[in-house]
Amino acid sequence: MNMEDGLNLTLGLPGRDESDKESCFKNNNNNKRSQLEMNDESNGSSDHAKEVDMENAPATKSQVVGWPPVRNYRRNNIQAKKASETESGMYVKVSMDGAPYLRKIDLKVYKGYPELLKALENMFKLTIGVYSERDGYKGSEFAPTYQDKDGDWMLVGDVPWEMFMLSCKRMRIMKGSEAKGLGYNV
Amino acid sequence: MDLNQKRTRMVDRVDSVDPDLVSPESTPMCPFPDEVLEPVLSLINSHKDRSSVSLVCKDWYNAERWSRRHVFIGNCYSVSPEIVVGRFPKIRSVTLKGKPRFSDFNLVPEDWGADVYPWLSVLAKAYPFLEELRLKRMAVSDESLEFLAMNFPEFKALSLLSCDGFSTDGLKAIATHCRNLAELDIQENGIDDLGGDWLSCFPETLTTLQVLNFASLNSEVNFNDLEKLVTRCKSLRVLKVNRTINLDQLQKLLLRAPQLTELGTGTFTQDLVTRPVADLEATFGSCKNLLTISGLWDTNSLYLPVIYPACASLTFLNLSCAALRSFELAMLLIHCKSLRRLWVLDTVGDMGLEAVGSWCPLLEELRVFPADPFEQENVAGVTESGFVAVSRGCPKLHYVLYFCHQMTNAAVATVVQNCPGFTHFRLCIMNLGQPDYVTNEPMDEAFGAVVRTCPNLQRLAVSGLLTDLTFEYIGKYAKNLEILSVAFAGSSDLGLKYVLGGCPRLRKLEIRDCPFGNAALLSGLTKYESMRSLWMSACNLTMNGCRVLAKEMPRLNVEVMKDEDSEDSQAHKVYIYRTVAGPRRDAPPFVLTL
Repeated sequence: MNMEDGLNLTLGLPGRDESDKESCFKNNNNNKRSQLEMNDESNGSSDHAKEVDMENAPATKSQVVGWPPVRNYRRNNIQAKKASETESGMYVKVSMDGAPYLRKIDLKVYKGYPELLKALENMFKLTIGVYSERDGYKGSEFAPTYQDKDGDWMLVGDVPWEMFMLSCKRMRIMKGSEAKGLGYNV
Repeated sequence: MDLNQKRTRMVDRVDSVDPDLVSPESTPMCPFPDEVLEPVLSLINSHKDRSSVSLVCKDWYNAERWSRRHVFIGNCYSVSPEIVVGRFPKIRSVTLKGKPRFSDFNLVPEDWGADVYPWLSVLAKAYPFLEELRLKRMAVSDESLEFLAMNFPEFKALSLLSCDGFSTDGLKAIATHCRNLAELDIQENGIDDLGGDWLSCFPETLTTLQVLNFASLNSEVNFNDLEKLVTRCKSLRVLKVNRTINLDQLQKLLLRAPQLTELGTGTFTQDLVTRPVADLEATFGSCKNLLTISGLWDTNSLYLPVIYPACASLTFLNLSCAALRSFELAMLLIHCKSLRRLWVLDTVGDMGLEAVGSWCPLLEELRVFPADPFEQENVAGVTESGFVAVSRGCPKLHYVLYFCHQMTNAAVATVVQNCPGFTHFRLCIMNLGQPDYVTNEPMDEAFGAVVRTCPNLQRLAVSGLLTDLTFEYIGKYAKNLEILSVAFAGSSDLGLKYVLGGCPRLRKLEIRDCPFGNAALLSGLTKYESMRSLWMSACNLTMNGCRVLAKEMPRLNVEVMKDEDSEDSQAHKVYIYRTVAGPRRDAPPFVLTL
């Protein structure tokens, strides 16, 4: 877990403009954590806290570490609860080249591509790399692809997340050489 | 040293009592022979009382230390395991607390410390027949759990609350090797849940289990093994399962254990109805001894009513995992006339709290948690009117934890007038620095009313827009205050000075993001040895200020947590506590003891 909690020392009265307080997405990380695969720790402190740069549903106000003072356990409970509260969930099968059996994930649980990719990396114990429009998933042996409603195989990340959620029917993690045609550069 | 002086000193629990300092002129005051004294003392269980007893004279000190069976250590760094075992030869039960409370909110870096292992290795030699270990906010590794399981043949009870560093593998060791296990209570820990097979490690011969709480673990356990375990442990009185247990399975468990007094259910709804609701209801009706129900994940209007037959004798209802709406709560509470403690989510709204006031006249404790703590727009939740409604109907209310987005000074004043018996008043207005939303004034008068009206107040947490006036009130009126939590409040050093200058019983003070600086810190010089600890983070302390404190008070550990981003002269996170063990020997590189 990062040590800094991102707060400037201030001398003024509390209640000043929120933007004076440095934001920190620690809390957002905690929210996400419960949405990741169940083997993850349900604690706030873990390697995942280092993923501070992860894109997130933008907070309208900056969020402060440890505020409101709700314990991690309770926070994760709430998140997990909300996830299960929404309707049935969007489960899609995920296959990986070379793996003996498929997995299933609920796309509704993730807020965006970075979370999804992190979850896939965890689930299959691999690194996927960074997406770019030009080069696809350069720098990795694996490329995540999906089959859309039309039956075509697409590279994950090209369309906006919401569109992806609605059109994705199944996923396949392709090994590098095969993914070449989909934008992966050897 | 004058005996009277010693008695008024705030020395509690395992503490800095140097046996040589205890008055040697003991004989004329203590006509009781040991054979009389020790059995009498063995009936005294309160730590505070035992501390007082040990200060009377040398004979009583000795009698007390030989008769003590349970030691409570509120700060694991205030004393070393060697000192503890040296003073108390016959301990059967140890309670240890580690990290500062703000670690619950991610303010304490990982690897800060509070490792239980060094304690265990000393305890194993001194107390091979140790029976109970209760840990809170300690770092517990699988190796520690394995060590515990293998080195204490009489071990009976393990309770882990808010600990981290272990996985279900550690639990496997406990389940496998602790032949006399009566209690396994795993709560809210940062645990690596690698699977539910730990439960299957309990041997078929284990029949002594009385308490089993695995509600906070996520993985599925083998239900057959669980059912068999519950069946053969006839003394089981507390069973709290996790969400993976469904209603059908819960019913089977209840039929096996109708003697339960505390039940934590699993998921309390089902998609496929395999059994009529009436069956479940009847099963709950057959549990005549239930005092506590918790869990109830995902419950709704269809399934919640099955617990009604068990509600009349309930004293504690924990609904903090069930996002109930107001009418659902109201319908439930009609049946809960004996309720003393209630925990809910703020989804119940003010109307739900009105129902609390209407139906629960014996209520003593209320906790309202936020369902959406980070949601800042379109927030529902509870307001001041719900708070007032409860206070009107529940005059015995003495413990409140209330998360809300708006509050008024007038409402709080009304609440404490209705319930002057408050011992614990923890109000969290979630929007930082929020004033009274009606008058736009600071919330000073609210907390002023609390401290003036509630003479028994032991614990206070403040929030909202607060000036130094709040702290002036606290310092002046809160004579019995022991624990104070402050965040984003105050205007100047005066605030902290007021508190440190008053509050004679203060033990724990935790402060974050307040404009309190060195002068304020140093104004409390003489007070810190009578307190367990002081936490100050993101205030205006500097390294020099802390150094001065450390120099003046050698029996305090003044620890500064260094931060990559803050300047070298700033003391970003400071943790100060009294100790007889000297500076920590296991401090990580980012913790500087001055």
